[in-house]
Amino acid sequence: MTDNTTDAVEGAGAIDISKRAEESVVHESQRDREVLLTVKDLAKHFPVKEYSGLFPKTLQTRAVDGVSFDLAKGETLGLVGESGCGKTTTGRLVTRLLEPTSGSIEFEGREIAHLKEKALRPMRRDIQMIFQDPYGSLNPRFTVSKIIGAPLEIHGLVPKDKIKARVQELLEIVGLNPEHVNRYPNEFSGGQRQRIGIARALAVEPKVVVADEPVSALDVSIQAQVMNLMSQLRRDLGIAFVFIAHDLGIVRHFCDRIAVMYLGKIVEVGDREDIYEKPQHPYTQALLSAAPDLNVVRGAVPNERIRLIGDVPSPIDPPSGCRFRTRCWKAQEICAAEEPPLDPEDGKPSHTIACHFPEVKTNLVAEADAS
Amino acid sequence: MTQTTTPPAGEPGTQRRPPLDPNAPVVLTVEDLKVQFPTEEGLISAVNGVSYQVKAGQTLAIVGESGSGKSVSSMAIMGLHDPKRSRIGGSIKLDGQELVGASQAEFRKLRSATAAMIFQDPQSSLHPFKKVGAQIAEAYLAHHKVSKSVAAKRAVEMLDRVGVPNPDRRAKQYPFEFSGGMRQRAMIGLGLVNDPKLLIADEPTTALDVTVQAQILDLMNDLQREFGSAIIMITHDLAVVAEVADHVLVMYAGRSVEHGTAQQVLANPRMPYTWGLLSSVPSLTADVGSDLKPIPGNPPSLLNLPGGCSFRPRCAYSDRVPDNRCATELPEFLEVPGEPGRLSRCHLADPAAIFADEVAPNLE
Repeated sequence: MTDNTTDAVEGAGAIDISKRAEESVVHESQRDREVLLTVKDLAKHFPVKEYSGLFPKTLQTRAVDGVSFDLAKGETLGLVGESGCGKTTTGRLVTRLLEPTSGSIEFEGREIAHLKEKALRPMRRDIQMIFQDPYGSLNPRFTVSKIIGAPLEIHGLVPKDKIKARVQELLEIVGLNPEHVNRYPNEFSGGQRQRIGIARALAVEPKVVVADEPVSALDVSIQAQVMNLMSQLRRDLGIAFVFIAHDLGIVRHFCDRIAVMYLGKIVEVGDREDIYEKPQHPYTQALLSAAPDLNVVRGAVPNERIRLIGDVPSPIDPPSGCRFRTRCWKAQEICAAEEPPLDPEDGKPSHTIACHFPEVKTNLVAEADAS
Repeated sequence: MTQTTTPPAGEPGTQRRPPLDPNAPVVLTVEDLKVQFPTEEGLISAVNGVSYQVKAGQTLAIVGESGSGKSVSSMAIMGLHDPKRSRIGGSIKLDGQELVGASQAEFRKLRSATAAMIFQDPQSSLHPFKKVGAQIAEAYLAHHKVSKSVAAKRAVEMLDRVGVPNPDRRAKQYPFEFSGGMRQRAMIGLGLVNDPKLLIADEPTTALDVTVQAQILDLMNDLQREFGSAIIMITHDLAVVAEVADHVLVMYAGRSVEHGTAQQVLANPRMPYTWGLLSSVPSLTADVGSDLKPIPGNPPSLLNLPGGCSFRPRCAYSDRVPDNRCATELPEFLEVPGEPGRLSRCHLADPAAIFADEVAPNLE
């Protein structure tokens, strides 16, 4: 990362956070936020070797490249974007399954970005993860009792003789039959396995759960079951979620705030209504307009589709300036020269956009007619 | 590789379907298709008497959950089931030719030439060690007596047609050098190289991001208009169905449960399973805050299907049918009076009223 970009991002982060502080005074009644997790300028670069010529060159894949956000108690933040945008890596950094290259992750005022494994242990109790693949994320040789009981044992939360009872309680919470404690994962369906994964995450009574595409491997009818379970847990236990998904309908249903990522950066963050009804970043608009719409058959006027051409550029050598400019129809010279900071929308610090030419676009149909 | 050309902002969507041509020739007729797999635990009835037709230039979407038999039935059309491990009954007539009982040699003649298939995962369905252009040329050579260089040229043409930039250079690359969306484009090019009458697309966009999905769906619509192929689109995503399908067949546990035009099935469905599918998807306009309405339970095991209607254990409406008929008697797949081509499998006396009064208000 060049000094230039670091500065730009830091600046953006600082604005974001100071405004947020102001806002928490102004909108205290409206939004009673008790910030649990603050992520600032988070970056993760993976080395990749390129074997061209005599000596292999080591290049850096900038999977996450300067991401800042915060998460309040009981809040759900959705991370959306296309594959390769760094949403999963961000989730893994927050849970510290990966160590960031740079940047800070503050959990309840404590810096955890570079803690060593031993020092991390106690904090692992507070931040848990639910994985996408209900088949790969459960050890096939462990019984359910052992899978869910392991975190209880590791953290010494429950006396050994009471672990089984607690596991049964957890199974009941996630809607599984408590009598199935001695079964193995292969005896359960995909949706049931995902419930086991959720029970395992809940076992340690976390404050934050990072859910990485928790329902995308499930059939639609089962997806809704698992989503309802997560909504219920959120209500009953007050857990804050970082919800990573590409399904915009589900994100809208579940998340209070949404961060749209593109090529390792956040391009727009806002409350649900801001993102879905008044998106300002061209990428957010394109993403929303690309989602197929079921209401078409019910006679709804179809939204015009913004067709993005081509693919996401390589994170090894991202475009200069704004990373979206190579696919953006509004791109001008400044977009290549200067990286747009994540600036708040006028008078609304909770909605920030990283674009040189932000513009509310609510009715894409009218827009197309006018042009 | 990315293109840096300015994309047209808000270019009018071409995805809406043209009006149906009632005189279009029938390309595929499937009648009472049964596919069974004998296993150690017993006979798995993956497809249990399914019938449908697809006409030239039209798209039939087959919708259902995993295990509903949607892929298995289409693989039977392509002759992709091992004859030693499967039993196929009923009739499949593709372009007048009966395929149930056809030999592998006959299938080989027809694959790619008359019917082609696109798979969900273009990563594993293209040969990893062969250049993309060579794979397309090979499919062309298998059915045309031309020289290799002509076939190679045709492959480049095809890549160009499906929107792969720099087709000359791309043809000489391996699949791993393509992105997911480009690979799916190449796969479509491979499918269409012999101008087949029928294209079966099995979840062609499930593995892709929404922006790329939109590109691929548009491409398939454009190509269909150009080549006039009949398309069977297998998917679980009802929103995709709304965008691309003329007709929809909903399958559950190996049986067809509802059939009609996309408009009929999605806007005014008559079968509780279809209602459940529609209700469990959060739309981009639905009210937030309320819980989703999932279908309770899981699909039944194909080893021992419940008696009567297979959907009954998960159906919230079966108690409205007198005499417990849902549990004892399999409803027939019957045409809805006054609506030719519209079929559903349900005992409910007036499903249209139930949908309008109880289900539809929750869908908006």
